[in-house]
Amino acid sequence: MASDPRPVPASLTQLFLVFSGLALRGFGGVLPWAQRVLVEERQWLTREEFLETLAFGQLLPGPNVCNVAIMVGDRWFGWRGAVTALSGMLAAPLALVLIAISLYGQVADAPLLRHALAGMGAVAGGLFMATAVKLALGARRQWRWLGFGLLAFLGLAVFRIPMAALMLGLAPVAIGAAVWAQRRQGTQSGQAAPSRTSSAQGQAPRDEDRS
Amino acid sequence: MSVEALIDLLLHFASLSLLAIGGALGLAPEMRRYLVDEQQLMSGTAFTEAIVIAQAAPGPNILFVTLLGWQAGGAWGALATTVGLLLPSSLLTWWGARFKRQREDAPWVAAVRTGLSPIAIGLTAAAGWVVSAGNNGSDGRLWALGGAALLIVLRSRINMLWLILAGALAGILLEAG
Repeated sequence: MASDPRPVPASLTQLFLVFSGLALRGFGGVLPWAQRVLVEERQWLTREEFLETLAFGQLLPGPNVCNVAIMVGDRWFGWRGAVTALSGMLAAPLALVLIAISLYGQVADAPLLRHALAGMGAVAGGLFMATAVKLALGARRQWRWLGFGLLAFLGLAVFRIPMAALMLGLAPVAIGAAVWAQRRQGTQSGQAAPSRTSSAQGQAPRDEDRS
Repeated sequence: MSVEALIDLLLHFASLSLLAIGGALGLAPEMRRYLVDEQQLMSGTAFTEAIVIAQAAPGPNILFVTLLGWQAGGAWGALATTVGLLLPSSLLTWWGARFKRQREDAPWVAAVRTGLSPIAIGLTAAAGWVVSAGNNGSDGRLWALGGAALLIVLRSRINMLWLILAGALAGILLEAG
């Protein structure tokens, strides 16, 4: 990574503050902000790396964005980075929700607040969809594989299959298909020109190497 | 809360941790059964309140677990539920990430990447859909608001906080009109 010209977090303090900052902006969900800040603003991760980190974090148990924080922090600072990024993500919002719950009794029935929250919720939903579209655009070289994304969306959003059951059913099939595609590519004449076939293979999404 | 009750709380949430695939909100029914029905540590209303507040406030939704602990047993309760729920899954993630990184060039890592990345996109879209459906219901104006936010984010580099603020104002104006 020494030869990597891309920006990296300068210190644990910066890591903490960046994760605090993105968590504090995360009304209705932190994921859109994680993508915006880590990929677009700080450029610590490429879109592909972010997607890969997110995918892995979703496969494993635990809140997705917390898993992303752990993996991103660990990448540069080891376990101290993982702890720092996770604490950064939790500490400031935690203080806010504790204040909120102590005030809640007094404002819970205020119609103004309810209407404001409904509007914010509508926007939050749109931000999640926009993040999904951005990630899909980043992965468009592998558009055939997005079929699995469509299945995941339909299973969860339309058929309301429990998340754990969906992942247990779909992830092995998708990974199995990727292994099969790799093998098939292996038996064909190796690294041929970047044809339609090879663009659907496993190596495609990540071209730059890390040490 | 007694120390025994705190340890019980910690262990119960730790036992749920590894079941929280894709987030902990799916475990809310089980948490409710334990906290409200079985241990009677809080009322059903207090339970719902914790979820509503954590959803409305900025930050990871997982903070509803912290609030549940707070409702059940103050600061120590909050610590017990949060550490219990996060520690096992976080250790697994940390270990899993290292395991994968040390084998970055292995074919199976490439296969996992290829297979899981599209699913991650689908799950993000589904999260957007579920948030929208739960929030917007059958109110076409709220759906239009969400759609507008989606288009604006894709077509500009606007600070998304402005959109959230505009959403709050629009929500108030829509109801006032």
